[in-house]
Amino acid sequence: MDEIFDDIERWFASGEKVAIARVVDIEGSGPRDPGAAMAVNARGEVAGSVSGGCVEGAVVGEALELLEGRRKAGITSFGYSDDEAFAVGLTCGGTIHLFIEELDW
Amino acid sequence: MTSIYERFRDSIRSEVPVALATLIEGPDLGAKLLIEASGVSLGSLGGEALDRVVSRDAIAMLEAGVSQVRHYGPEGEARQHELSVFIECHARRPHLVIFGAVDFTRALASQGKLLGFRVTVCDAREVFATRRRFPMADEVVVDWPDRLLDRIGSDLGPRDAVCVLTHDAKFDVPAIVGALPTRVGYLGAMGSRQTHQKRVERLLEEGVTTSELERVRSPIGLDIGGRTPEETAVSIVAEIIALRTGHAAPSLSEGKGSIH
Repeated sequence: MDEIFDDIERWFASGEKVAIARVVDIEGSGPRDPGAAMAVNARGEVAGSVSGGCVEGAVVGEALELLEGRRKAGITSFGYSDDEAFAVGLTCGGTIHLFIEELDW
Repeated sequence: MTSIYERFRDSIRSEVPVALATLIEGPDLGAKLLIEASGVSLGSLGGEALDRVVSRDAIAMLEAGVSQVRHYGPEGEARQHELSVFIECHARRPHLVIFGAVDFTRALASQGKLLGFRVTVCDAREVFATRRRFPMADEVVVDWPDRLLDRIGSDLGPRDAVCVLTHDAKFDVPAIVGALPTRVGYLGAMGSRQTHQKRVERLLEEGVTTSELERVRSPIGLDIGGRTPEETAVSIVAEIIALRTGHAAPSLSEGKGSIH
Protein backbone atom coordinates (compact mmCIF):
# COMPACT_ATOMS: atom_id res chain seq x y z
CA MET A 1 0.00 0.00 0.00
CA ASP A 2 2.96 2.33 0.61
CA GLU A 3 3.38 2.90 -3.14
CA ILE A 4 0.10 4.82 -3.33
CA PHE A 5 0.61 7.26 -0.44
CA ASP A 6 2.47 9.88 -2.49
CA ASP A 7 -0.37 10.21 -5.00
CA ILE A 8 -2.99 10.29 -2.23
CA GLU A 9 -1.05 13.08 -0.47
CA ARG A 10 -0.97 15.10 -3.66
CA TRP A 11 -4.70 14.64 -4.24
CA PHE A 12 -5.57 15.55 -0.64
CA ALA A 13 -3.31 18.61 -0.87
CA SER A 14 -5.35 19.88 -3.81
CA GLY A 15 -8.58 19.24 -1.91
CA GLU A 16 -9.72 16.21 -3.87
CA LYS A 17 -11.89 13.36 -2.61
CA VAL A 18 -10.31 9.93 -2.80
CA ALA A 19 -11.85 6.45 -3.00
CA ILE A 20 -9.86 3.40 -1.97
CA ALA A 21 -10.43 -0.19 -3.08
CA ARG A 22 -8.66 -2.97 -1.20
CA VAL A 23 -8.48 -6.69 -1.95
CA VAL A 24 -9.97 -8.36 1.14
CA ASP A 25 -10.31 -11.94 -0.11
CA ILE A 26 -9.37 -14.18 -3.04
CA GLU A 27 -10.89 -17.51 -4.07
CA GLY A 28 -8.83 -19.71 -6.37
CA SER A 29 -6.09 -18.08 -8.41
CA GLY A 30 -5.74 -14.35 -7.99
CA PRO A 31 -2.86 -12.13 -8.99
CA ARG A 32 -2.70 -9.98 -5.84
CA ASP A 33 -3.03 -10.94 -2.19
CA PRO A 34 -5.40 -9.40 0.37
CA GLY A 35 -4.18 -5.91 1.24
CA ALA A 36 -3.41 -4.87 -2.36
CA ALA A 37 -4.91 -1.41 -2.75
CA MET A 38 -5.85 1.06 -5.42
CA ALA A 39 -6.82 4.70 -4.91
CA VAL A 40 -8.95 6.73 -7.34
CA ASN A 41 -9.72 10.45 -7.32
CA ALA A 42 -12.86 12.12 -8.68
CA ARG A 43 -11.13 12.81 -11.99
CA GLY A 44 -10.53 9.09 -12.49
CA GLU A 45 -6.78 9.20 -11.79
CA VAL A 46 -5.46 5.95 -10.34
CA ALA A 47 -2.65 4.90 -7.98
CA GLY A 48 -1.78 1.27 -7.23
CA SER A 49 -3.50 -1.88 -8.46
CA VAL A 50 -5.70 -4.72 -7.22
CA SER A 51 -5.16 -7.32 -9.95
CA GLY A 52 -2.92 -7.93 -12.93
CA GLY A 53 -4.87 -5.33 -14.87
CA CYS A 54 -8.01 -7.45 -15.35
CA VAL A 55 -10.48 -5.52 -13.20
CA GLU A 56 -8.88 -2.10 -12.69
CA GLY A 57 -11.09 -0.43 -15.31
CA ALA A 58 -14.25 -1.65 -13.61
CA VAL A 59 -12.93 -0.63 -10.19
CA VAL A 60 -12.40 2.94 -11.42
CA GLY A 61 -16.06 2.96 -12.49
CA GLU A 62 -17.20 1.77 -9.05
CA ALA A 63 -14.93 4.28 -7.32
CA LEU A 64 -16.29 7.17 -9.36
CA GLU A 65 -19.88 6.12 -8.60
CA LEU A 66 -18.98 6.10 -4.91
CA LEU A 67 -17.39 9.56 -5.02
CA GLU A 68 -20.43 10.90 -6.93
CA GLY A 69 -22.76 9.45 -4.28
CA ARG A 70 -24.35 6.93 -6.67
CA ARG A 71 -23.24 3.88 -4.66
CA LYS A 72 -22.42 3.11 -1.04
CA ALA A 73 -19.22 1.74 0.47
CA GLY A 74 -19.14 -2.04 0.49
CA ILE A 75 -17.86 -5.27 -0.98
CA THR A 76 -17.67 -5.67 -4.77
CA SER A 77 -16.64 -8.99 -6.30
CA PHE A 78 -15.23 -9.92 -9.66
CA GLY A 79 -14.75 -13.43 -10.94
CA TYR A 80 -15.92 -16.39 -12.87
CA SER A 81 -18.00 -18.03 -10.17
CA ASP A 82 -21.14 -16.86 -12.01
CA ASP A 83 -20.50 -15.96 -15.64
CA GLU A 84 -23.87 -14.22 -15.97
CA ALA A 85 -23.33 -11.96 -13.01
CA PHE A 86 -19.86 -10.69 -13.80
CA ALA A 87 -19.25 -8.70 -16.95
CA VAL A 88 -15.63 -8.23 -15.93
CA GLY A 89 -13.57 -11.12 -14.58
CA LEU A 90 -10.12 -12.34 -13.77
CA THR A 91 -8.60 -14.22 -16.68
CA CYS A 92 -6.96 -16.60 -14.19
CA GLY A 93 -10.38 -17.95 -13.19
CA GLY A 94 -10.34 -16.85 -9.55
CA THR A 95 -12.73 -14.57 -7.69
CA ILE A 96 -11.56 -11.34 -6.10
CA HIS A 97 -13.47 -9.55 -3.34
CA LEU A 98 -12.79 -5.83 -2.90
CA PHE A 99 -13.92 -3.40 -0.22
CA ILE A 100 -14.50 0.02 -1.77
CA GLU A 101 -14.91 3.12 0.39
CA GLU A 102 -14.11 6.80 0.52
CA LEU A 103 -10.79 7.59 2.18
CA ASP A 104 -12.32 9.95 4.75
CA TRP A 105 -11.01 8.26 7.92
CA MET B 1 -5.42 15.41 15.72
CA THR B 2 -3.85 12.62 13.70
CA SER B 3 -6.39 10.70 11.64
CA ILE B 4 -6.34 6.90 11.43
CA TYR B 5 -5.16 7.17 7.83
CA GLU B 6 -2.25 9.46 8.78
CA ARG B 7 -1.18 7.18 11.61
CA PHE B 8 -1.45 4.15 9.30
CA ARG B 9 0.55 5.86 6.53
CA ASP B 10 3.25 7.07 8.92
CA SER B 11 3.62 3.64 10.52
CA ILE B 12 4.07 1.96 7.15
CA ARG B 13 6.51 4.60 5.96
CA SER B 14 8.61 4.35 9.11
CA GLU B 15 8.33 0.54 9.11
CA VAL B 16 6.52 0.26 12.41
CA PRO B 17 4.44 -2.95 12.24
CA VAL B 18 0.77 -1.98 12.08
CA ALA B 19 -2.63 -3.59 11.46
CA LEU B 20 -5.75 -1.85 10.19
CA ALA B 21 -9.10 -3.51 10.93
CA THR B 22 -12.09 -2.44 8.84
CA LEU B 23 -15.68 -3.57 9.40
CA ILE B 24 -16.69 -4.74 5.91
CA GLU B 25 -19.99 -6.47 6.78
CA GLY B 26 -22.18 -5.34 9.64
CA PRO B 27 -24.12 -2.30 10.87
CA ASP B 28 -21.22 0.15 11.28
CA LEU B 29 -19.79 -0.48 7.78
CA GLY B 30 -16.34 1.06 7.25
CA ALA B 31 -15.59 1.48 10.99
CA LYS B 32 -11.86 1.30 11.66
CA LEU B 33 -9.48 0.20 14.37
CA LEU B 34 -5.73 0.66 13.99
CA ILE B 35 -3.56 -1.63 16.08
CA GLU B 36 0.17 -1.53 16.70
CA ALA B 37 2.21 -4.55 17.82
CA SER B 38 2.65 -2.95 21.26
CA GLY B 39 -1.13 -3.10 21.73
CA VAL B 40 -1.64 0.65 21.25
CA SER B 41 -4.79 1.30 19.22
CA LEU B 42 -6.72 4.13 17.60
CA GLY B 43 -10.36 4.20 16.51
CA SER B 44 -13.11 1.65 17.16
CA LEU B 45 -15.16 -0.97 15.36
CA GLY B 46 -18.18 -0.04 17.45
CA GLY B 47 -17.76 -1.77 20.81
CA GLU B 48 -15.13 -2.29 23.48
CA ALA B 49 -15.45 -6.08 23.57
CA LEU B 50 -15.20 -6.35 19.78
CA ASP B 51 -12.19 -4.01 19.70
CA ARG B 52 -10.44 -6.09 22.35
CA VAL B 53 -10.90 -9.40 20.48
CA VAL B 54 -9.93 -7.92 17.11
CA SER B 55 -6.82 -6.29 18.63
CA ARG B 56 -5.73 -9.61 20.06
CA ASP B 57 -6.23 -11.38 16.70
CA ALA B 58 -4.49 -8.57 14.79
CA ILE B 59 -1.39 -8.70 16.99
CA ALA B 60 -1.10 -12.45 16.35
CA MET B 61 -1.58 -11.90 12.60
CA LEU B 62 1.08 -9.16 12.56
CA GLU B 63 3.67 -11.74 13.61
CA ALA B 64 2.95 -13.84 10.53
CA GLY B 65 2.38 -10.87 8.22
CA VAL B 66 -0.91 -12.16 6.79
CA SER B 67 -3.98 -10.07 5.95
CA GLN B 68 -7.42 -11.69 5.97
CA VAL B 69 -11.13 -11.42 6.75
CA ARG B 70 -12.24 -12.65 10.20
CA HIS B 71 -15.82 -13.18 11.35
CA TYR B 72 -17.23 -12.27 14.76
CA GLY B 73 -20.43 -11.89 16.70
CA PRO B 74 -21.59 -8.39 17.79
CA GLU B 75 -19.47 -8.56 20.97
CA GLY B 76 -16.50 -10.18 19.24
CA GLU B 77 -17.72 -13.75 19.79
CA ALA B 78 -15.82 -16.42 17.89
CA ARG B 79 -17.73 -18.86 15.63
CA GLN B 80 -20.38 -16.24 14.88
CA HIS B 81 -20.78 -14.50 11.54
CA GLU B 82 -22.78 -11.30 12.01
CA LEU B 83 -19.70 -9.13 11.48
CA SER B 84 -16.88 -9.43 8.94
CA VAL B 85 -13.68 -7.58 9.69
CA PHE B 86 -10.84 -7.22 7.21
CA ILE B 87 -7.56 -7.14 9.13
CA GLU B 88 -4.78 -5.73 6.96
CA CYS B 89 -1.34 -6.42 8.43
CA HIS B 90 1.89 -4.67 7.65
CA ALA B 91 4.64 -6.66 9.35
CA ARG B 92 8.26 -5.58 9.38
CA ARG B 93 10.18 -6.39 6.19
CA PRO B 94 11.84 -9.82 6.17
CA HIS B 95 15.59 -9.68 6.77
CA LEU B 96 18.22 -11.14 4.45
CA VAL B 97 21.65 -11.43 6.06
CA ILE B 98 24.49 -12.15 3.63
CA PHE B 99 27.86 -13.21 5.01
CA GLY B 100 30.78 -12.59 2.67
CA ALA B 101 31.38 -9.40 0.65
CA VAL B 102 32.04 -11.09 -2.70
CA ASP B 103 30.79 -10.57 -6.27
CA PHE B 104 27.86 -12.92 -5.74
CA THR B 105 26.86 -10.79 -2.77
CA ARG B 106 26.19 -7.74 -4.97
CA ALA B 107 23.76 -9.67 -7.15
CA LEU B 108 22.07 -11.39 -4.20
CA ALA B 109 21.71 -8.10 -2.30
CA SER B 110 20.01 -6.55 -5.36
CA GLN B 111 17.67 -9.54 -5.75
CA GLY B 112 16.87 -9.38 -2.04
CA LYS B 113 15.94 -5.70 -2.32
CA LEU B 114 13.74 -6.48 -5.33
CA LEU B 115 11.82 -8.96 -3.17
CA GLY B 116 11.37 -6.49 -0.33
CA PHE B 117 13.98 -7.79 2.10
CA ARG B 118 15.97 -5.57 4.42
CA VAL B 119 19.46 -6.57 3.35
CA THR B 120 22.52 -6.72 5.61
CA VAL B 121 25.96 -7.54 4.19
CA CYS B 122 28.56 -8.67 6.72
CA ASP B 123 32.24 -9.45 6.28
CA ALA B 124 35.14 -9.17 8.72
CA ARG B 125 37.43 -7.75 6.02
CA GLU B 126 36.95 -3.99 5.94
CA VAL B 127 38.51 -3.56 2.48
CA PHE B 128 35.66 -5.63 1.01
CA ALA B 129 32.72 -4.74 3.22
CA THR B 130 32.22 -1.15 2.09
CA ARG B 131 29.14 0.91 1.29
CA ARG B 132 30.69 1.77 -2.07
CA ARG B 133 30.71 -1.87 -3.13
CA PHE B 134 27.21 -2.54 -1.79
CA PRO B 135 25.18 0.65 -2.22
CA MET B 136 21.96 -1.41 -2.55
CA ALA B 137 22.31 -2.95 0.94
CA ASP B 138 20.45 -1.43 3.89
CA GLU B 139 23.53 -1.93 6.03
CA VAL B 140 27.09 -3.08 5.54
CA VAL B 141 28.68 -4.44 8.71
CA VAL B 142 32.41 -5.01 9.24
CA ASP B 143 32.48 -7.74 11.86
CA TRP B 144 32.78 -11.47 12.42
CA PRO B 145 29.62 -13.46 11.58
CA ASP B 146 29.25 -14.94 15.06
CA ARG B 147 29.43 -11.49 16.64
CA LEU B 148 26.78 -10.05 14.33
CA LEU B 149 24.54 -13.09 15.00
CA ASP B 150 25.03 -12.65 18.75
CA ARG B 151 23.50 -9.20 18.34
CA ILE B 152 20.67 -9.88 15.85
CA GLY B 153 20.11 -13.66 16.03
CA SER B 154 17.19 -13.48 18.46
CA ASP B 155 15.30 -11.17 16.05
CA LEU B 156 15.51 -13.61 13.13
CA GLY B 157 12.33 -15.56 12.33
CA PRO B 158 10.66 -17.81 9.77
CA ARG B 159 10.39 -15.08 7.10
CA ASP B 160 14.10 -14.20 7.32
CA ALA B 161 17.08 -15.70 5.49
CA VAL B 162 20.80 -16.14 6.12
CA CYS B 163 23.08 -16.77 3.13
CA VAL B 164 26.71 -17.65 3.69
CA LEU B 165 28.74 -16.83 0.59
CA THR B 166 32.25 -16.48 2.00
CA HIS B 167 33.68 -19.76 0.63
CA ASP B 168 36.16 -19.66 3.48
CA ALA B 169 35.80 -22.01 6.44
CA LYS B 170 37.29 -19.34 8.71
CA PHE B 171 34.16 -17.22 8.12
CA ASP B 172 31.42 -19.61 7.07
CA VAL B 173 31.83 -22.07 9.95
CA PRO B 174 31.16 -19.39 12.62
CA ALA B 175 28.35 -17.99 10.45
CA ILE B 176 26.56 -21.35 10.22
CA VAL B 177 27.23 -22.23 13.87
CA GLY B 178 25.83 -18.82 14.85
CA ALA B 179 22.75 -19.08 12.60
CA LEU B 180 21.70 -22.64 13.58
CA PRO B 181 20.31 -21.76 17.05
CA THR B 182 18.17 -18.93 15.58
CA ARG B 183 14.60 -19.28 14.23
CA VAL B 184 15.71 -18.13 10.76
CA GLY B 185 13.56 -19.70 8.01
CA TYR B 186 16.28 -20.16 5.40
CA LEU B 187 19.93 -20.96 5.92
CA GLY B 188 22.03 -21.54 2.81
CA ALA B 189 25.78 -21.84 2.27
CA MET B 190 27.60 -21.46 -1.04
CA GLY B 191 30.14 -23.97 -2.27
CA SER B 192 30.49 -27.13 -4.35
CA ARG B 193 29.52 -30.49 -2.92
CA GLN B 194 33.22 -31.06 -2.21
CA THR B 195 33.57 -27.72 -0.39
CA HIS B 196 30.45 -28.47 1.59
CA GLN B 197 31.69 -31.94 2.54
CA LYS B 198 34.83 -30.40 4.06
CA ARG B 199 32.71 -27.76 5.75
CA VAL B 200 30.44 -30.45 7.21
CA GLU B 201 33.50 -32.10 8.79
CA ARG B 202 34.51 -28.78 10.36
CA LEU B 203 30.97 -28.16 11.59
CA LEU B 204 30.76 -31.62 13.18
CA GLU B 205 34.05 -30.90 14.94
CA GLU B 206 32.45 -27.72 16.28
CA GLY B 207 29.74 -29.85 17.87
CA VAL B 208 26.96 -29.29 15.31
CA THR B 209 24.67 -32.34 15.08
CA THR B 210 23.73 -34.10 11.82
CA SER B 211 20.07 -33.20 12.30
CA GLU B 212 21.01 -29.52 12.65
CA LEU B 213 23.01 -29.82 9.43
CA GLU B 214 19.86 -30.79 7.54
CA ARG B 215 18.77 -27.16 7.86
CA VAL B 216 21.77 -25.95 5.85
CA ARG B 217 21.03 -25.64 2.13
CA SER B 218 24.30 -26.43 0.35
CA PRO B 219 25.14 -26.31 -2.51
CA ILE B 220 22.95 -23.22 -2.28
CA GLY B 221 20.00 -22.48 -4.58
CA LEU B 222 17.70 -24.25 -7.03
CA ASP B 223 19.10 -26.25 -9.94
CA ILE B 224 18.37 -23.84 -12.82
CA GLY B 225 21.84 -24.07 -14.35
CA GLY B 226 22.86 -20.55 -13.28
CA ARG B 227 26.52 -19.59 -13.71
CA THR B 228 26.91 -15.84 -13.31
CA PRO B 229 26.48 -14.04 -9.98
CA GLU B 230 23.15 -12.67 -11.22
CA GLU B 231 21.84 -16.07 -12.32
CA THR B 232 23.05 -17.62 -9.06
CA ALA B 233 21.23 -14.91 -7.11
CA VAL B 234 17.98 -15.81 -8.91
CA SER B 235 18.49 -19.48 -8.03
CA ILE B 236 19.08 -18.58 -4.35
CA VAL B 237 16.06 -16.29 -3.97
CA ALA B 238 13.94 -18.85 -5.83
CA GLU B 239 14.96 -21.45 -3.22
CA ILE B 240 14.15 -19.00 -0.41
CA ILE B 241 10.64 -18.50 -1.83
CA ALA B 242 10.09 -22.23 -2.48
CA LEU B 243 11.13 -23.12 1.08
CA ARG B 244 8.79 -20.51 2.54
CA THR B 245 5.83 -21.65 0.45
CA GLY B 246 6.65 -25.35 0.79
CA HIS B 247 6.71 -25.91 -2.97
CA ALA B 248 9.03 -28.43 -4.66
CA ALA B 249 9.81 -25.92 -7.45
CA PRO B 250 9.39 -27.85 -10.70
CA SER B 251 8.33 -25.88 -13.80
CA LEU B 252 4.72 -24.67 -13.51
CA SER B 253 4.08 -25.96 -17.05
CA GLU B 254 4.85 -29.51 -15.89
CA GLY B 255 2.41 -29.45 -13.00
CA LYS B 256 -1.37 -29.52 -12.51
CA GLY B 257 -3.71 -27.57 -10.26
CA SER B 258 -3.91 -24.01 -9.01
CA ILE B 259 -0.72 -21.95 -9.28
CA HIS B 260 -1.27 -19.92 -6.09
